[in-house]
Amino acid sequence: MFSEYREFYDYDNDICEGKVRIPSGCAIAGLINRESKKVKGDTIAKMMAVMHERSNGLGGGFAAYGIYPEHNTDYAFHLLFMDDQSKKEVEAILVKGFRIEDQQEIPVRRVGAHRNAPLVWRYFCSPLDKEREITEEDLLLKTTMRINRMAPRASVMSCGKNLGVFKGVGYPEEIAEFYRIDEYQGYSWIGHGRFPTNTPGWWGGAHPFSLGETAVVHNGELSSYGANKSFLENYGYELSLRTDTEVLAYAIHYLRSQGFSWDLVSKVFAPPHWVEHERMEEPERELYGALRRVYAGLLMNGPFSIIVAFSGGLMALNDRLKLRPLVAGEAGANLFLASEEAAIRRVCPQPENLWSLKGGEALISRVEEESACHVA
Amino acid sequence: MPRSLIQQEFLVKRDEERCIECKVCVRQCGFGVHEYQDGKFILNDHNCVNCQRCVIMCPTGALEILENKGVPRRNAYWSEHSVRDLRRQAESGGSLLTGMGCDRSYPIYFDHILLNASQVSNPSIDPLREPMEVRTYLGVKPDKLSFTGTPGQERLVGSLPPVVKLEAPVMFSAMSFGSISKNTALSMARAAAELGIMFNTGEGGMHPDLAPYQDNMIVQVASGRFGVDSTYLNSGRMVEIKIGQGAKPGIGGHLPGEKVKEEIAVTRGIPQGADAISPAPHHDIYSIEDLRQLIYTLKEATNYQKPVSVKIAAVHNVAAIASGIARAGADIITVDGLRGGTGAAPKMIRDHIGLPIELAISAVDRRLRQEGIRERVSLVAAGGIRCSADLVKIICLGADAAYIGTAALLALGCHLCQKCYTGNCSWGIATQDPYLTRRINPELGAERLSNLIKVWIHELKEFMGAMGINAVESLRGNRLQLRGVGLPRNELEQLGIKQAGESM
Repeated sequence: MFSEYREFYDYDNDICEGKVRIPSGCAIAGLINRESKKVKGDTIAKMMAVMHERSNGLGGGFAAYGIYPEHNTDYAFHLLFMDDQSKKEVEAILVKGFRIEDQQEIPVRRVGAHRNAPLVWRYFCSPLDKEREITEEDLLLKTTMRINRMAPRASVMSCGKNLGVFKGVGYPEEIAEFYRIDEYQGYSWIGHGRFPTNTPGWWGGAHPFSLGETAVVHNGELSSYGANKSFLENYGYELSLRTDTEVLAYAIHYLRSQGFSWDLVSKVFAPPHWVEHERMEEPERELYGALRRVYAGLLMNGPFSIIVAFSGGLMALNDRLKLRPLVAGEAGANLFLASEEAAIRRVCPQPENLWSLKGGEALISRVEEESACHVA
Repeated sequence: MPRSLIQQEFLVKRDEERCIECKVCVRQCGFGVHEYQDGKFILNDHNCVNCQRCVIMCPTGALEILENKGVPRRNAYWSEHSVRDLRRQAESGGSLLTGMGCDRSYPIYFDHILLNASQVSNPSIDPLREPMEVRTYLGVKPDKLSFTGTPGQERLVGSLPPVVKLEAPVMFSAMSFGSISKNTALSMARAAAELGIMFNTGEGGMHPDLAPYQDNMIVQVASGRFGVDSTYLNSGRMVEIKIGQGAKPGIGGHLPGEKVKEEIAVTRGIPQGADAISPAPHHDIYSIEDLRQLIYTLKEATNYQKPVSVKIAAVHNVAAIASGIARAGADIITVDGLRGGTGAAPKMIRDHIGLPIELAISAVDRRLRQEGIRERVSLVAAGGIRCSADLVKIICLGADAAYIGTAALLALGCHLCQKCYTGNCSWGIATQDPYLTRRINPELGAERLSNLIKVWIHELKEFMGAMGINAVESLRGNRLQLRGVGLPRNELEQLGIKQAGESM
């Protein structure tokens, strides 16, 4: 099945799925400063490092927001290539829709297990005028789908403005080291340590998954993946990265493009149980009934905890039955989220508030808001 | 020449030692197999259809029905049944009729599909401890919703089109009063009301006794338009246009005049004793744009308050047809597969036209997704759902819900003798003979059906829990929960599923 992945891995020397088995789980973490103060990447890396045991070295990654203020009007494509030929093909796809304003190899440390890592490049792009008959959102989606069709030879890590995803095969702290993320400063960060159980561990399959302005990290398994995939295929999304988290990124993209607030997105992913629905008063009852009827294909079923980063905020959500851990901690203008409390205490020893999220209740936090966060 | 060249199919054996001459068999047989004259039983087992009624009703277990194995000479090409059918045609000069669904040994894809369950990384869910949601809505969905208000305080703008709510994704198939007895219809109606699901009047109009169950009723409009008026259309929760039936695609229906007794005549709105003929096509639908007109005529007649379903037989081009139906304005598309039952169909047609529902649903679901319109309409599968596992599999292949017909009749006593068209049904199901119909007690019949569906719902929840899924919507089109065993690559591709042993 995954034979096409083989040519890119040296199964004896490289880390790959099936070679390492440590009984543990994924780790996720996130942080945001609601006063938009920039936080260096080593904070999230430290949070992830504490949860080392929750991943198995088959995937780690970070998304950072606010890192490219000098390019904040351009779409920042972070791209993975397995070879120069793939890079050429991807560039040919890019220039069909975009003018490349600037491009560079992402600075990395090619040491240890990562000496043979894929090529990682970033392109700052502005849409070409001739593509203006479709929206920029659609152009981003179309371009991303085209590039990801080449997977695993090439894939898009992220393509949003003033944000970037850094990910690969390895423990999160190794990935942080590889991408030198302590050299970036962002107002919000999310991180992931992967423990893949049913999909291959490969660079493009690491978290975060990102499309447009959002990025998502996920601990769990979506049993509804097949149903979510069926739903999304109606709307031009192609699921090519072979991991369940991909549907989350596209589902978010789809719902946001329909004008959904983050509160509503969370209610599509984890709708109130019918028994709760029956206890609701109108017009809430009507709203949630309609959401469930129309968007049931995007109900995320199975155990999950997710942190979604978007321009200016974070959303954290657990499955309805709360089958995965997710802890939040507040200190001043900072909000921290992590699979384990220890990760929060590592960077914030005395949080003012510390609590575990409830199943199906989203925590939404935005910069420049009165309160650090609210529950949806 | 002998009178008939047809070897009789069954032999009835009576154990004289056990028989207490109570004559239950004589009274129970709808086909006159057992007679009692001058203190002696006379056996007419050439009439026996092996419906097992006498065997089951005999209080001392004195009866046994055997296949007549003594004949004929074996021939791998000329099977016994094909020879028998050929001789019947030669003797009668008539096309052979039959009842129920195709019984030929075509591949049964359900039996080559295995389901998934969670282990370790994804906890299975205990349906007795956690909410397990199987409620299903059928009806058209808007492409998007609009809201007003600030985030967290949103309100829906406008209202949604009408839907039918099912407490479980299963319904009783269309069976007309005429093809089945009133008590059989009442059994399904009562069970549907108790379970919060739907039953379907079939094309024979609505008997007034079904009126209390209107909230759980689908009213059917078929090519004969029997009993169709605005009261009828507005009495159910949903209207179904029947274009075709899996047991007889492309074929109409014919209820002989001698069966059109007073009650049926009144219900269907036709003269007593007149043949009730359903033409093969609807004579106002010669193409898709005509179907659109009928859909909207029915929507107008019901003030846009009832979802309209279009039921078609699964035929080779089913995916393209379904796409046309969705675009013609149907809210629900019902596809009836090869194994779908009937009260009467020409045997050649029943056994040789159509395709298995598993392939049909998979093809329709895929096509609608490719066209980006799958989420607009609901898709209902019919024809051959035998158990809760079949139900789960067909939902994973893309159906929103399934109709069960044969399974419901089996629960009421049917033994698949396939002689529904004779009207002699010893089980009181497919007959209008008052002596036979009272064998179905609607209260007890409803209880049996209700038991059956409750068990299926329980099993459905257990399947879902095992997969780590707690809402049935997450099962729909979830082909990754399926794997094929013993199927060639092209059949796996057609079903859209992976080979057992392949991972995600």
